[in-house]
Amino acid sequence: MLEWWDGFWAIYSTLIFGIGVNAMLALSIYLTLSCGLLSLANAAFMGIGAYAAAMISMQTGLPFPVALLAAAIFPALVALVIGIPTLRLSGVYLAIATLGFGEVIRVIVLNMEITGGPMGLNGIPLKTEWWHIVLLLGIILFILARLRRSKTGRAFEAIKEDETAARLMGINVAGYKLLAFVLGASIAGVAGGLNAHYTFTIGPGNYAFENAVDILTMAVFGGTSNLVGPVIGSTILTLLPEAMRYLKDFRLAANGLILIVVILYLPKGIWDPARFRTFRQKFMQSKSGGAN
Amino acid sequence: MLRLDGISKNFGGLEVLKDVSFTMPEGSIFGLIGPNGAGKTTIVNLITGLLRPSLGSIRFTDKDLATVAPHKITQLGIARTFQNIRLFKEMSLLENVVVGMHDHLNYGVASMLFNLNSFKNAESKARERALELLSWVKLDHKAHMLADNLSYGEQRKLEFARALATEPKLLLLDEPVAGMNSAEKNELMTEITNIRDRGFSIFMIEHDMRFVMSLCERIAVLNFGKIIAEGTPTEIRNNPEVIEAYLGKEDAA
Repeated sequence: MLEWWDGFWAIYSTLIFGIGVNAMLALSIYLTLSCGLLSLANAAFMGIGAYAAAMISMQTGLPFPVALLAAAIFPALVALVIGIPTLRLSGVYLAIATLGFGEVIRVIVLNMEITGGPMGLNGIPLKTEWWHIVLLLGIILFILARLRRSKTGRAFEAIKEDETAARLMGINVAGYKLLAFVLGASIAGVAGGLNAHYTFTIGPGNYAFENAVDILTMAVFGGTSNLVGPVIGSTILTLLPEAMRYLKDFRLAANGLILIVVILYLPKGIWDPARFRTFRQKFMQSKSGGAN
Repeated sequence: MLRLDGISKNFGGLEVLKDVSFTMPEGSIFGLIGPNGAGKTTIVNLITGLLRPSLGSIRFTDKDLATVAPHKITQLGIARTFQNIRLFKEMSLLENVVVGMHDHLNYGVASMLFNLNSFKNAESKARERALELLSWVKLDHKAHMLADNLSYGEQRKLEFARALATEPKLLLLDEPVAGMNSAEKNELMTEITNIRDRGFSIFMIEHDMRFVMSLCERIAVLNFGKIIAEGTPTEIRNNPEVIEAYLGKEDAA
């Protein structure tokens, strides 16, 4: 039994780590979406966190928690600086500006010597344990769940629904948008820091346009009206390519097809409590209708 | 309480307001009337800080609002409703009203994260107060419904409750009875008087003459961006310029 487990873990631990890290990334974009911001900078923030943490681990003798702390703080600082001008934009304009920012970061990393240029960083110590991921994901979920129930979460939702009305309810709209953006960057950065410490190597290509879209897809696929959606979405989309390995070359096509079907028929994502409620009501009605 | 002094507003070359001045006394219902396109909503947008005047000053309880951000103006005690209702449709009625209390919920990050007593007390008090405000407009029995499911008249009343939740001294109503039938209008008239009787000052923009004349203590008339008359309802009704603005000039022949 134990041998079986060892074999399984050796093959699949990276995949299982990936579920946790992707869940964090999906939650990071959920946070900005919950404030009505379509920001696609999260892959770049993940990259900043990954590079910051990896460079601390490789070049200083500082312990892992310090590296992870840097992975949370650096992207937050960058988000603070670029958030103030860009968050004036809304909708697709913000999406394009944040994509542009991601591309700028990628090109900078590609051309700096300290980051290893196009070769990236190799030989990052393997420090991430499964319980690091579980613990941090738990903390992130806890904080986000508490936020949702507070005036901050209500302010986010009010801004998402009607910015002008929210402003005239005494809500500092620009301030709360910046808060969502910075917190989201911080979560993405931690995910990057954890990721860098189990993949051994990172490069500028890991945090590019496709990754930004992947992160958004996971959140939208799962549903962004609550915290369960992004976690489910990232889990399914991380496992799906593995489960479809037998399709060989058709794997990516099948992946895309499933995405299209879900977006077409479940536009609010897989996990949509409002839809569950309607289902239950219909079910109850048909049952009581049958009894009469 | 509210004083507009020489307010002008241009949008590019278009002069929407020209030298608008009036003073609104505290504790009253003040009406601003005028034909379509006279610039009434622009005045409300100026008072709430969504737009800035090109010239002139707006003073509220002796504080100049020229550079105050909209959310700070709300915190100073001005709340409004919208001509085209702007509720948070995906939230329950109760949540809509609690959002209005945003600035009055004072708890720190720690008490929010760990559900400390200061958080619990503030939140439960806010909910109680929200239910009370909903009962003022007789919507407390629907507190947990989604705002989207309300009828038009009910949505207007929910907007009142939400605006009152910000604890305003002055309530701005932008065409509160637009699109309502006469039964709904009468009900709303009672609600507005009730709100006034609870000590709020009300500034109202309205088209409906009967409604304005029977509610307001003072009325200002805006036409083509200028104040053409100000006074009691009787004075306004007999003012020849007002009659001309609304009914047109009598033919000399």
